[in-house]
Amino acid sequence: MLPLLVLGPLLLAALAAALPGGRWRRRLLVAGALLHLPGVAALWLRPPPPTAGGWLGVDAAGLLALSTTSALFLACAVYAQGYLAAHPERDDRIFVSGLLAVLSALTAAALSRHLGLLWVVVELTTLGTAPLLYFRHDGRSLEAAWKYLMVGSLGIALALLGTFFLALSASGPGGPRSLLLPDLVAAGPSLSRPWLRGAFVLLLAGYGTKMGLAPFHAWKPDAYGEAPGVLGALLAGGVTSVAFLAVVRAVQICQAAGEGAFARAPLLGLGLLSMGVAAIFMAGQRDLKRLLAYSSVEHMGLLAVGVGLGGAAVSGAFLHVVNNGLTKGVLFLAAGNVHRAFGSKHVDVVRGAARRLPVSGPLLLAGFLAATGSPPFAPFQSEFAIVAGAIHDGHGAVAAAVLALLAVIFVAMGATVLRAVQGDPGEGAPRPEFGDRLLTAGPPVALLLAVLLLGLWVPRALAALATAAAATVGG
Amino acid sequence: MTSAIDLVLVLVVVLDLVVLASSRLRGAIRTVALQGALLSLLPVLLATGGQAPLHVLLLALGALVVKGVAIPGLMLWAMREAAIRREAEPIVGFVPSLLLGAAGTVVAFSLSGALVLPAPGRQALLVPAALVTAWAGLLLVMTRRKAVAQVLGFLVLENGIFVFGLLIADVMPVMVEAGVLLDLFAAVFVMGIVMFHINREFSSLDTGRLTHLQD
Repeated sequence: MLPLLVLGPLLLAALAAALPGGRWRRRLLVAGALLHLPGVAALWLRPPPPTAGGWLGVDAAGLLALSTTSALFLACAVYAQGYLAAHPERDDRIFVSGLLAVLSALTAAALSRHLGLLWVVVELTTLGTAPLLYFRHDGRSLEAAWKYLMVGSLGIALALLGTFFLALSASGPGGPRSLLLPDLVAAGPSLSRPWLRGAFVLLLAGYGTKMGLAPFHAWKPDAYGEAPGVLGALLAGGVTSVAFLAVVRAVQICQAAGEGAFARAPLLGLGLLSMGVAAIFMAGQRDLKRLLAYSSVEHMGLLAVGVGLGGAAVSGAFLHVVNNGLTKGVLFLAAGNVHRAFGSKHVDVVRGAARRLPVSGPLLLAGFLAATGSPPFAPFQSEFAIVAGAIHDGHGAVAAAVLALLAVIFVAMGATVLRAVQGDPGEGAPRPEFGDRLLTAGPPVALLLAVLLLGLWVPRALAALATAAAATVGG
Repeated sequence: MTSAIDLVLVLVVVLDLVVLASSRLRGAIRTVALQGALLSLLPVLLATGGQAPLHVLLLALGALVVKGVAIPGLMLWAMREAAIRREAEPIVGFVPSLLLGAAGTVVAFSLSGALVLPAPGRQALLVPAALVTAWAGLLLVMTRRKAVAQVLGFLVLENGIFVFGLLIADVMPVMVEAGVLLDLFAAVFVMGIVMFHINREFSSLDTGRLTHLQD
């Protein structure tokens, strides 16, 4: 079952690369998503025991990240049908097989119980997404791809060094001599402390780069700014969730070894820093997609703050993984539609999006409200849980700082989004061939409905999963 | 054996400083190739009775082929292909970066005194040599403008990580070791392809010109 979830998309990716072209290739995306989602749903109903020598297994944190990715991928796969049909001039061979390969790597990362395997598949997501960033084949997308690859590979290298440190901390006499997560957690205090601390710092820097936590976020606005909407959604909702999961694995091991406080302090600091940096760069941001990139930095910061606080705030952070992932899907897919309809993503050009795109324009506005934590959308629930948890455990100053930053971000993001959505589209020649279509407007609408539904009613199974995940990192 | 291992590790550290100081890209690539070839001796020199001899040989041979020959060759070919002749063009001058490298060496040696190896009987020089090499690689990536020089810095960083990996070669399963080499190769390969495109788009391999995306 578990190896099938990983290998299935990979097989389809190979098939997509082998097909001569035409419409059938891009339909493989939908096929992959439709096979993947029921497989993930089956994991909710009956979690299978670890397989492949214990290297693959299901746990609460991994299942949350995997479910988010799978739902998001389905929306992106349907959207890509419309997107690729609107761009018949671009060869979609690399795009389609790359997306499927990334789905396979993300699945493996979410299911991985071995820190070495986790590192390899996170590395593969970096390699797999870089050519997709260059899909438009112009100078700007090339620049974005280069920066993404260079910064990403540095992060990945540091994460590998951290993994080696971890292996060394476990290789002493009486140590587990293994990189399997359950072994490391069971070994707990018998791990060598100095090496474990070094490992955590390196893993946080490495996987924090993949997450896009400040100050390791330099690649993010460039990459998200130039990425096609589909890829932006998958990067901001799927890849970052899995990178967060990798950081959580490191915290889990530290927690078991009695170093939980050591691990949480830098997470809290980086989280607050990320939110502050996001607030500064969102103010006066004129590029819609770069704005969304900084919003992603903000939400990664929130996740780090949630786990960094420990205690009651942690389950809110795990719930936020799902809520943030789905909301980012709404935002990036809607922004992609706006980008195409206006031929620009700058608010100097984009005006009156609500009039020209009666679905995608309001959708961008609703996505903005959801992302900034307005009720009744789901992120409100999880952000409220994080702040309430902070106050409950006596971290009043942190709660106040988070609330102040959220308020600044609301105003900053609102100014840019409202400029784009409101007003008169003006004289600029409309591009009717890039109007709202069922295939490109439908998926973000569906995602928004899911975000709304999760805001009104959190299923008991989901809440239980978030609580179970939080329990492993001191929540 | 110990003196041979120490000699190799000292040479690796010296080569780090040579790369940091070298102004010629071709010379720097050859230096990194030499460092890679030296590193491939280490698995054999460090082998204990506990490891399968075939495994050790394959690791050494793999490191020699990938780090000493294939990737440096690929980079030299890329330079010929893109007709790059110019100097390494650092953002930070050669002397300051050399000083930073030397400072890193001092820090690494004092740090590794605090990091006690959990399994005794290992080579004491391995940890500082690995840390110095990783630091030199990071410095190169951050302080050079040319794409080729940055990729070179990444290779030096990977060399440092490889040295560190030898400490746990008996604990880590084969798959991870293979993954390391493969990923290294893949990373540079993809980077190489991207570099050719940069060349075509900008008629230069100067990442300093990659400045369209800013806030």
